[in-house]
Parts: sequence; C-alpha cells; structure tokens
Amino acid sequence: MTDVLVLVEGQGSVPTQNTLELLGAARRLADATQGQVKAVVLGAAPTPLTAGLFACGADQVLRAEHPLLDGYQGDVYVAALTQIAGQAEPQVILLADDSCGKEVAPRLAHRLNAGVVTEVLAVEGDGPAVLFRRQMYGGRTIATLVAQRFPVVATVKPRTMAPASELAGRTGEEIAVALTLETSLVRTKVIQKVAEEVRGVKLENARVVVSGGRGLKGPEPFKQLEELAQLLRGAVGASRAATDAGWVPASWQVGQTGKTVSPDLYIAVGISGATQHLAGMTGSKTIVAINTDPDAPIFKVAHLGIVGDYKAILPKFIEKCKELT
Amino acid sequence: MHTIVCIKQIIDPEIPADQFKLDPNSMRQLRGGLSLVISAYDQNALEVALQLREKGGGKVTALCLGESGAVGAIKSALGMGVDEGFLVSDQPLLESDPCGVAHVLAKAIQKIGVPDLVLTGGVSGDTGDKVMGPLLAEALGLPCVTFVSKVEVKDGKALVRRIVEDGYELVEAAFPLVASIISDDSNVPRYSKLKDIMAAAKKQVPTWKAADLGLEEARVGAGAARLQVRDVSVPQRESKCEILDGETPEERAERLALRLRELKVI
Ligand SMILES: Cc1cc2nc3c(=O)[nH]c(=O)nc-3n(C[C@H](O)[C@H](O)[C@H](O)COP(=O)(O)OP(=O)(O)OC[C@H]3O[C@@H](n4cnc5c(N)ncnc54)[C@H](O)[C@@H]3O)c2cc1C
Ligand SMILES: Nc1ncnc2c1ncn2[C@@H]1O[C@H](COP(=O)(O)O)[C@@H](O)[C@H]1O
Repeated sequence: MTDVLVLVEGQGSVPTQNTLELLGAARRLADATQGQVKAVVLGAAPTPLTAGLFACGADQVLRAEHPLLDGYQGDVYVAALTQIAGQAEPQVILLADDSCGKEVAPRLAHRLNAGVVTEVLAVEGDGPAVLFRRQMYGGRTIATLVAQRFPVVATVKPRTMAPASELAGRTGEEIAVALTLETSLVRTKVIQKVAEEVRGVKLENARVVVSGGRGLKGPEPFKQLEELAQLLRGAVGASRAATDAGWVPASWQVGQTGKTVSPDLYIAVGISGATQHLAGMTGSKTIVAINTDPDAPIFKVAHLGIVGDYKAILPKFIEKCKELT
Repeated sequence: MHTIVCIKQIIDPEIPADQFKLDPNSMRQLRGGLSLVISAYDQNALEVALQLREKGGGKVTALCLGESGAVGAIKSALGMGVDEGFLVSDQPLLESDPCGVAHVLAKAIQKIGVPDLVLTGGVSGDTGDKVMGPLLAEALGLPCVTFVSKVEVKDGKALVRRIVEDGYELVEAAFPLVASIISDDSNVPRYSKLKDIMAAAKKQVPTWKAADLGLEEARVGAGAARLQVRDVSVPQRESKCEILDGETPEERAERLALRLRELKVI
C-alpha cells in the first residue's frame, strides 16, 4: 500500500500543469499498490481549487489554511508540510521540480528523516517496492533508484509525465488540517519580484522554441531569433553559455539547470548540443539544428539540420517562413 | 565575514559522449584518464565568496568530502584565492546518500566554526541532485535560499538574487545563511594566477576522517542510504538527421523552410 501525498498548486479553480502531472503520477502509483492519493492545498483562505481535485484523482484533499500561507515562503511551507506528513503518514511525497519544490523537498526530507530524490521522470510500484527513474551525469544516463525505506520525498521533472485524466463525478474526502505556525519561523523575506518581460508565449508552454548559443557570439543576433520566434508564435530559449554571458536572461536557459521544453518544433542555432542542454529539449517533436560544425553533437538528436553559418542562413530562412506562414 | 564554500570534485562533465564509460559493478562513471574538476557551479560559488571578501574583508574556506585525490580540488580553490581548505576523506563515507553527505559536511563545518555564509553549488555536475544546500541548512539549523546568482551585504543582512521560473526575486535574510549558487555574468570564475597556484601547492590541507568529526554512524555510509541505485543505463541515440544541402547557405535555408512546411511543422 503506497499512499502518495501531493502538494498541489493552482490559480483560482484551475490546477497548474505541474500539479496535473503530479496527480497523474500519484494516481498511477496508488492504483498499482492499492494506496491512496492525498492532495495538499495550502493557502491563507479556502480556495475553489479543492473541488476539482477529486476528479483529477485525489482520494483525500487535505486543506490547510493559515495567514502565514499567503504565497510561498520556504520556512513556512517546510513546517506546514512536515506537520501534514506527520499526520497523513504517506510513503511517497511528490512535489513539482520547480523553484518551490527544489527548496522544500530536501528540507522536508531532512525533517522527516526521509529519502529525497529529485528530477524524477517516472515513479513505479514494483510489488512492495517503489522505483524512481531520473537522469544522472547531466542527462547521459538514466538511473533507477529503489526506496530502501519510507517515506521518500520526490520532485517530478515538469513535462515528462502524463497528466491526470479527469473523471467527472469522482468524489473523495475533504479534511481540514489545523497547523501550528509561528511568525518566528520566517527567516527569509522576498523584497522584490522581478518578472522577465515575456513577449508572446511562455517558454515552457511554447509550441515553437528558437534557441541560441555561444555560436551567436553576442546579444545582438538574439533579435533575429526573436523575430523568428514571433513569426512562428513561439518563444526564445538559450544555452547556458548564452545566459552566463549575460546576453539573455537566466530564465531563458534550456537544459539541466534551466527549463525543460517539449515543443512541436525546437530550432537550435549555434548550440553544440552538450548533454546538459539536451536534457532539457530532447522531448521536442521536431528538432532543427543550424551549426557550422558538422560533427556537433546537436546533429545526433536533430531531425533536420543545416551545416553552415547562421548569419547567412537565418535571414533567408525568416524570409521564406514569412512567405509560407 | 567568513564564508565556507562546499566544493565537490567530479570527472569533467563536459567530455564528449564517446568518452563516457560506466563501471557495471559500482554503476558509477569510470574515471579512466579523464580530468577531474571542481563541479561547475561550485566554481561560481567560490567566485561569489571571493568577491564578497574583496568588498567587505574576511575569509573564505573551501570544504570537500571526497577521495584522497580531492586534495587537488582544494588546491585549485587555494589557487583561485581562498584562504584555507579542508578535506574529509574516508572511503566508507563516500558511499553515503545525500543526507549522509550533508551530515558529514555539517559536522565538518561545525568543527571549522559555523561561518556567516555557507555556499554550495546549485546542482552538481555528476549526480545532479541539487539538494545539498537545503540539506546542509537543515543539518545546521540555518535559513536557506536556493539557486542564487548574487549575494550582497546590506545593513548587516544578506540580500540575494534568487533565480525563479519567470525571472528573479530579491530575498533578504539574516546571517548565518546557506545559499546554493548558480551561474550568471556576475560570478564567472576567475583564472588563477601562476604565483597563487605555486603558493597553493605548498599549503597544508588538513584532512579529516570520520573519527575526527564525531559523526552519528547510523546516518552515514552505504547502509544508511534511503534509496539505492538498482540500475544505470546509457540511452542510445540513433542519429536520423536529414542534412539539407544546396549550393549556397540561402538555398539551404529555403529548403529547410519548405521541408518544415511539407512536414506541417510550420
Ligand atoms: C552542472 C551543469 C549544468 C549545466 N546546465 C546546462 C543547462 O541547463 N543548459 C545548457 O545549455 N547548458 C548547461 N550546461 C553547460 C553545457 O555543458 C555546455 O557548456 C553548454 O550547453 C554549451 O553552450 P553552447 O552550445 O551555446 O556553446 P558551445 O558548446 O561553445 O557551442 C557553440 C556552437 O556554436 C557553433 N557555431 C559557432 N559559430 C557559429 C555560426 N556562426 N553559425 C552557426 N553555428 C556556430 C559551434 O560549432 C558550436 O557547436 C551545464 C553544465 C554543467 C556542468
Ligand atoms: N562531497 C561533497 N563535498 C563538498 N561539497 C559537496 C559534496 N557533494 C555535494 N556538495 C555540494 O553540494 C552542491 C550540490 O550538489 P548536489 O546536491 O549533488 O547537486 C555541490 O555543487 C557542492 O557544492
């Protein structure tokens, strides 16, 4: 019996895509082991999110409301989840591998004396055992880890697992959990949030991603990538070499440390295709590479490629795309 | 201000695919003749610490749990300009899971003296768990901020830039603090000067064993691991790239657009 606790997030009554993926994974694991899915909703006040979670696979919704839970704060989230997990006693706790999950998961694991596994691609029951699959060595390998004891706190890599399928009419139990949280818990404070301006679509949701790397040799050529992305109603991404150089914002980075994208079309311009970059984009349906080096590893994963200088290729390509779209 | 930077020595993670080999028994990467490096973001963390020292004075200490050869990583950090380094090297400890490693590093940090700031890399280049910063914060009972690219000191407090999905946050916290570091254009690791490398070679690096740290035995080593690796595989990629040709780059560009249209991708 594997009970799975899931931290859900959403806007209004709509769960995030990450949450749907967590619930999908949790439901499949619970079904394979006759366990239960327990969805946790944290907030300052009751939210309309709760109602829809049963249809998405939750058996229980654990609601915790507290004034300190108004938005994410690491210390408070860790304390709240420690208390909830203490009561619900799940075997597996699933969080999204996002900026909240990567801060909370290890800290929660430490408090629960639990194991922690991150960037999980698949979680499966195998008899009484639970297996977690994740990449290692910058995406060069896939490792299978077995829980030696429970609980285990796991973060799920976004856009790698099938989301929950909705089953209208499915019901469950709603439980209000009382928490003891003190203001003195709070040790870090967000002074300012700066969102990078997003023109058009968000990178992680885009159906087309045009990414640039060190081969572009500066920030200027990214304007051309933006033009192309706009034309194809997509978003611009980058390799770490380009974000580290300060040519484009860090939030544009695709790869192991950056975002995972799986668009219909991914165009890599002046990107060599290091495994750490591939870790974030090989789920793309069609991959196009433009690179001067015929031996660049990006051509090993690309479906279509041009060997050549982007300076000569992009303008004509953009022109032709304009004609065709 | 005293900063301790945790550095992990790993096999160069940016080697080409054909040089990457796994040991079928240990399921770990085979070193072969490949070079060892300080994991990428730990170098950025060292840079952040050195810049803080340049601005506000103080001391930077490097700490590593690794093979005896990891003294090389400490020496590289000394060459970059850190003031002192400590190595924990004891074979059974290297089999620990991340919680076990955090216990070892926390005990070593307490032995050195809990500093104002503990830095780790945001994610290591080999196992890539990205958990060590937050685990250490818990083990030391300190606050923690992850995926930080800049650290400033303002009115005696830390003001850090935390990278999030759609931009960044400025987070304020009191010292002592643990932060995990990722790269940006402000923390590009400096090159070591030859004279500093030579001086580093002569420096003593205190090396500790389990017994020196007063560890809780039940938390470290292979036996304490909460998850065990059952299998590691290298996915084979079949190359099926269609290279578009044409006399000129412009011709190839046109072909690409037409081909994408044909495939109904654009
Ligand atoms: C722990 C860790 C995490 C990492 N995480 C990430 C990550 O999330 N994302 C990421 O991208 N990287 C990541 N990296 C870095 C990664 O290993 C590579 O260093 C990086 O992806 C290289 O970026 P690049 O392809 O732009 O640069 P390079 O490897 O330098 O490639 C540039 C390419 O441009 C080509 N080129 C040059 N001129 C032209 C031209 N005129 N026209 C066309 N092509 C041209 C060259 O042939 C070359 O192939 C990580 C590394 C580590 C160790
Ligand atoms: N054995 C180690 N010795 C020193 N620091 C380590 C060790 N393992 C991990 N770290 C630190 O923790 C960071 C994150 O590692 P990881 O959680 O493995 O991704 C690394 O970049 C290092 O800064």
